[in-house]
Amino acid sequence: MPSYASWDAETARAIIVDRRALPGALLPILQALQDEFGYIDREAEPLIADILNLSRAEVHGVLTFYHDFRQKPAGRHVLKLCRAESCQARGSDALGRHAAATLGIDFGGTTADGSVTLEPVYCLGLCSVSPAAMFDGKVVGRLDENKLDMLLAETNR
Amino acid sequence: MLADRDRIFKNLYGLHGWDLKSARARGAWDGTKAILEKGRDAIVNEVKASGQRGRGGAGFATGLKWSFMPKQSERPHYLVVNADESEPGTCKDREIMRHDPHLLIEGCLIAGCAMGAHTCYIYIRGEFMRERERLEAAVQEAYDARLIGKNNIHGFDFDIIVHHGAGAYICGEETALLESLEGKKGQPRLKPPFPANMGLYGCPTTVNNVETIAQVPDIMRRGAAWFAGIGRQNNTGTKLYCISGHVERPCNVEENMGIPLRELIERHAGGVRGGWNNLLAVIPGGSSMPLVPAGPDQADTLLMDFDGCREKKSALGTAAVIVMDKSADIIKAMTRISYFYKHESCGQCTPCREGMGWMWRVLTRMAEGRAHKREIDMLWEVTTQIEGHTICAFGDGAAWPVQGLLRHFRPEIEKRIDQYTANPHSEPVAMAAE
Repeated sequence: MPSYASWDAETARAIIVDRRALPGALLPILQALQDEFGYIDREAEPLIADILNLSRAEVHGVLTFYHDFRQKPAGRHVLKLCRAESCQARGSDALGRHAAATLGIDFGGTTADGSVTLEPVYCLGLCSVSPAAMFDGKVVGRLDENKLDMLLAETNR
Repeated sequence: MLADRDRIFKNLYGLHGWDLKSARARGAWDGTKAILEKGRDAIVNEVKASGQRGRGGAGFATGLKWSFMPKQSERPHYLVVNADESEPGTCKDREIMRHDPHLLIEGCLIAGCAMGAHTCYIYIRGEFMRERERLEAAVQEAYDARLIGKNNIHGFDFDIIVHHGAGAYICGEETALLESLEGKKGQPRLKPPFPANMGLYGCPTTVNNVETIAQVPDIMRRGAAWFAGIGRQNNTGTKLYCISGHVERPCNVEENMGIPLRELIERHAGGVRGGWNNLLAVIPGGSSMPLVPAGPDQADTLLMDFDGCREKKSALGTAAVIVMDKSADIIKAMTRISYFYKHESCGQCTPCREGMGWMWRVLTRMAEGRAHKREIDMLWEVTTQIEGHTICAFGDGAAWPVQGLLRHFRPEIEKRIDQYTANPHSEPVAMAAE
């Protein structure tokens, strides 16, 4: 389970200043911020805009364009279920319904106790072992209900 | 069938080590210096003579693409490797980066030399975490062994930077990828100017697929004639096929170009679930290509290469074969694909941004049968208004699967509409299994 620091403007500033000279610095900065805090705080936008000499709209545009960036903290665990064609053909729809029902949330949602976030992902490139999922950054292939239940059981710990 | 000695990716399944020592044992980094000493033109000509076409989807001749790079220029040249493999159904580049990263790195050096580029960016997809770690470790190994870097043993200064994306399908488009590398939104650029003139940071740039680049060292070592001798004319060499969906054993396999689809599936994937006659349709090249239905002059005789797929009004794309048997609801499957494209459209061009939503909404109703038959023609009309009217090929790639559905499964849609209209209840018609 990844653990993140809580938002702190000073640390964020240090991270940004550290990377400002990189070519195409915006994406590496956003990635580093997300690695540190687990999401990208609203306050980070003006900070980045100021240091990189970009407009806030540009920073916001890039931040919202890429699906990987979060604007609010995710649950303690993140389960990404692949919903693309190949996985669908091998039964990922039923698994998705099962996961959503077990957790009592929809795709994109986080359980009320903040333990799991369930997200769809379009192709993890594991079509040859589909259906596939990614649990806290670890890929899982040949998923079935038992395996899924085992993953979900892990989140209770 | 491809002989074992002709395989390029000898460690596709990760049965052996990925590290430098194991890669060398498999022949990587052998005589690279001699290859580079042949000079730029010789390398480009050799690749041209091999007839290799880009493995990323469009199938553009690699040697020709390289020759577009300016001979002399005061600006730095860049090689960008497109490892943003996000096409649903495609899982070939990831295996290369995971199990044979040194082939890619050596290919980068040779390709860089052929176009005078001293810097190479490998843009790897955000979701590929383990692959990125593996690739970064392999690049570090190459630096430590002074195979690349400043003052390396090959006498051609060369830096490789691994850059990772953040989850946008569109960044696999070459100009969107360049935008993303520059730290902007991944929205494709208008061409011309082409990247060979104005690419990354306004400098001459060539963008190639991972598989394309990773094949280059073997082409140079074994010669263009060897590569050109595999496959068919204009469709030469070997190709990684990713077979998924309703087959007994989904797999990745390296085969020669132009292998018949049926042979490919039956020899390597254990056949279609329930036998060949249970085949409904196959998407030969990843989700953005039109499907090919079962039938004697369709999937039965489909040859898996660029021209073979074109004959069946589809395209090879990334050679991601998605097989659907008769239990699949083809209309629903295409609805899902169009939802994916609606979700991933970058929103720059109106036909794509708006059209994707239209197509998805109409298809959603059609999947239930809640539509008029004239809407089938209207949907066709919408696809033709998207196709070719956008900056990048995303619009085409989203319109084609729908066109494939309308072209081959019109009776199926009509049947469903009839079923729905014939049902006097407000409850929808119960559908066969998904």
